[in-house]
Amino acid sequence: MALTREQLAQRVARELQDGYYVNLGIGIPTLVANYVPEGIEVMLQSENGLLGMGPFPTEDEIDADMINAGKQTVTAAKGASIFSSAESFAMIRGGHVDLTVLGAFEVDVAGNIASWMIPGKLIKGMGGAMDLVAGADNIIVTMTHASKHGESKLLTKCSLPLTGVGCIKKVVTDLAYIEIHDNKFWLIERAPGVSVDDIIKLTEGELVVPDVVPEMTF
Amino acid sequence: MAGFNKIVNSYSEAMAGLKDGMTIVAGGFGLCGIPENLIAEIKRKGCRDLTIVSNNCGVDGFGLGILLEDKQIKKMVSSYVGENKLFEQQLLAGELEVELTPQGTLAEKMRAGGAGIPAFYTATGYGTPVGEGKEVREFNGRKYILEEAITGDFAIIKAWKADQYGNLVFRHTAQNFNPMAATAGKITVVEVEEIVELGSLDPAHIHTPGIYVDRLIQGSFEKRIEQRTVRSA
Repeated sequence: MALTREQLAQRVARELQDGYYVNLGIGIPTLVANYVPEGIEVMLQSENGLLGMGPFPTEDEIDADMINAGKQTVTAAKGASIFSSAESFAMIRGGHVDLTVLGAFEVDVAGNIASWMIPGKLIKGMGGAMDLVAGADNIIVTMTHASKHGESKLLTKCSLPLTGVGCIKKVVTDLAYIEIHDNKFWLIERAPGVSVDDIIKLTEGELVVPDVVPEMTF
Repeated sequence: MAGFNKIVNSYSEAMAGLKDGMTIVAGGFGLCGIPENLIAEIKRKGCRDLTIVSNNCGVDGFGLGILLEDKQIKKMVSSYVGENKLFEQQLLAGELEVELTPQGTLAEKMRAGGAGIPAFYTATGYGTPVGEGKEVREFNGRKYILEEAITGDFAIIKAWKADQYGNLVFRHTAQNFNPMAATAGKITVVEVEEIVELGSLDPAHIHTPGIYVDRLIQGSFEKRIEQRTVRSA
């Protein structure tokens, strides 16, 4: 069975380490915050200018001046700091954020990512995604392995305009956990009940498959 | 003698001198921390062919979105413009130009503009459509593109508190682009929720020193919320 959105988030959350400053993108990455392993502390960075993002506010706490990068009302956690957008992107660009999790349309064997623009469709903008992928050393991409029409999103070469070049090393899809290095995809884990053959079929770029591919457990 | 007193008495005085074809750098992220009354004054004045540098373009009927109603904007420099039907229409009709700029690069362009730095190298956007046509230079084995600073004829800013000298304090994440935008205007106009007595703000807790501020006005704000998300108590 392919992973659900919640399971995808759960799998990504296992990559969190104690003391990490983490930026979570919109969509599945946001759900990762619900699965922080017990006994560790992480601090969430929101690129509009908040380090230490708390949960959504109650009706009584709601405040128009307190939002996250998705423009949702949020709270500040105990120990949070708030700053300008320039300061926020200085910490992103400067490599101070330990882990960035974001979605994508495509990634390729060279670690390139396309996530913001589909030519012919309305282009809304890249927001902070280009800064995030350029600044972070440790990035996890979450996405479905293939499109609804069965077209692979793990490619020899991205077909869409890029968000960043040579920056992606880890991808968690609904079928597999894959690492990228030496111009190849490396299959590390598979979703429960998903066969290695299914993953090979839906991976267009060169995929290295070890003799044993462990199943994820939840 | 006005000395350092930056207070003006009306919104028309606050935006006096704004003309067709000018560039305006605006603070705000989404609808958070936007100078909503200064934007409304620009609509009342009816200036056209404006270039507006702002992370977003408001929504239909609020924030910078209202300047689209009479087609006052010629060009937007933004990182994300997806919240706005009128924007989409005018863009597709070729009535509006947009220069999409990565969010961190946009913040740094404003910061550099205000700090007298004409351009800077960043890895952001290298190898993407954003980097096309821009100078590339390698430092320590990594490639960077040259991005030019931004300044405006006007900067429009929303802060929380100010004293009459224009020392500013922002509230929560309504800070966002406002401190950089404040440095990047030839004329920087600030509207605030409260003007407090001189000396009552802690000098060490000023976000934007008054040297950047030319005009200051106290307003009242709707503060519309774009995405109201709550948890149960």
